[in-house]
Amino acid sequence: MTTKKVIDITLKVNGKDRAAAVEPRLLLVHFIREYLGLTGTHIGCDTTNCGACTVLLDGRPVKSCTLFTVQADGRELRTIESVGTSSALHPLQEGFKEKHGLQCGFCTPGMIMSACALLEKKPHPTEEDIRWGISGNLCRCTGYQNIVKAVQYAAEKMSAPSTQA
Amino acid sequence: MIPRAFDYCRPKTIPEAISLLQQHGDAAKILSGGQSLIPMMKMRLAQPDYLIDINQIAGLEYIKEDVGYLKIGALTREADLETSELIRSRYPLILDTAFSIADPQVRNLATVGGNLAHGDPANDHPATMLALNAEVIATGPNGQRSISIKDFFISLFATALEANEILTEIRIPIPPARSGGAYFKLERKVGDFATVGVAVQVTVDAKAICQEAGIGLTNVGGTPIKAQHAEDFLRGKALDEANIRQAASLAAEDAHPSSDLRGPAEYKIAMVKELTKRALTKALNRASQER
Repeated sequence: MTTKKVIDITLKVNGKDRAAAVEPRLLLVHFIREYLGLTGTHIGCDTTNCGACTVLLDGRPVKSCTLFTVQADGRELRTIESVGTSSALHPLQEGFKEKHGLQCGFCTPGMIMSACALLEKKPHPTEEDIRWGISGNLCRCTGYQNIVKAVQYAAEKMSAPSTQA
Repeated sequence: MIPRAFDYCRPKTIPEAISLLQQHGDAAKILSGGQSLIPMMKMRLAQPDYLIDINQIAGLEYIKEDVGYLKIGALTREADLETSELIRSRYPLILDTAFSIADPQVRNLATVGGNLAHGDPANDHPATMLALNAEVIATGPNGQRSISIKDFFISLFATALEANEILTEIRIPIPPARSGGAYFKLERKVGDFATVGVAVQVTVDAKAICQEAGIGLTNVGGTPIKAQHAEDFLRGKALDEANIRQAASLAAEDAHPSSDLRGPAEYKIAMVKELTKRALTKALNRASQER
């Protein structure tokens, strides 16, 4: 057996260039949480089911528990930390708050990242589009109805001419 | 869950990837979408010493019609099938299948080639490709060879690919006019493997007489299953209710599921029959609408 080499990578995370030397087996979600300290991305099931660890890789939602960090080399990553701030919420965050789209909140970062990608592709989604868009994200509290309403709220707000998000 | 340590290689060309395979043999695994392999590595069901990441190899992501075939590059993501105008307008069976695989996040990474090369009878594309009589292009040290999909699945997780070969393309004969297909998947929830899945592709003449029928079954045996008896029965017959019912019974006879947490074997066999009936009916409708 040969030595297990560490690999140098560079990637863009939430608009900033980052460099790191990582073991090939380091999962992206561990890199995000433990190396970058961005703990908004959650580890839920750790088995590609629940979607709590959803992040955007080159704009597409992926499950960061099922991707090695080395695979993100040279690519662009967006996490929940890039979506609004506590003083200026993103319309999606506002929607989740207004429409009671969360109870325990554990699935929320993943839900918002999936919804974010959906609204970037489809600014005026139907209810079916929204349900399709979050079908890879599990919520065990709300039963989805209010999550759908939260995304609808954001879609309306983001397409209203007076509010520039 | 953390996989066992491994060395990571990222070849830029197919010959480079093949020489790595030759060098490392069984100790290496190809990483394409990774949506089956990485979970298996995390559970330590797979423990490769070398991971050969082929995602940087250019020119393996495409969906195009070319000299009689629909050609799909092995690295084509499932999500790209969903948005392809060609697939949407002419290959309803493939579109149905793409939508039913796992969930949107997984489909953004998962590849069509990987779905086949993994050799898992619970995956969805194997049944689809069996119904479409696809060919798989394997590239190795001596160039390319074509493998008929019906000879591709050997046993659980084992395919006809040699240890030094990479699946590089899937070829599907372009269906003639009045063809249609459908995929029905019974699943407990989004993202689960099929309890049972049935893929159907038919070609009919102007009087709805079946010219060609392909039927593939998901997750009802040690390999994906081609329901040959039902296919043979349908050829030359009217696709009426009685014949569809008979074909569905024959397809159910070809299924050999085992009882597990998704249901008892008897239930799965009954579902093969029902889903075959529904898929044939839908495929016929679609074929009739085709010019």
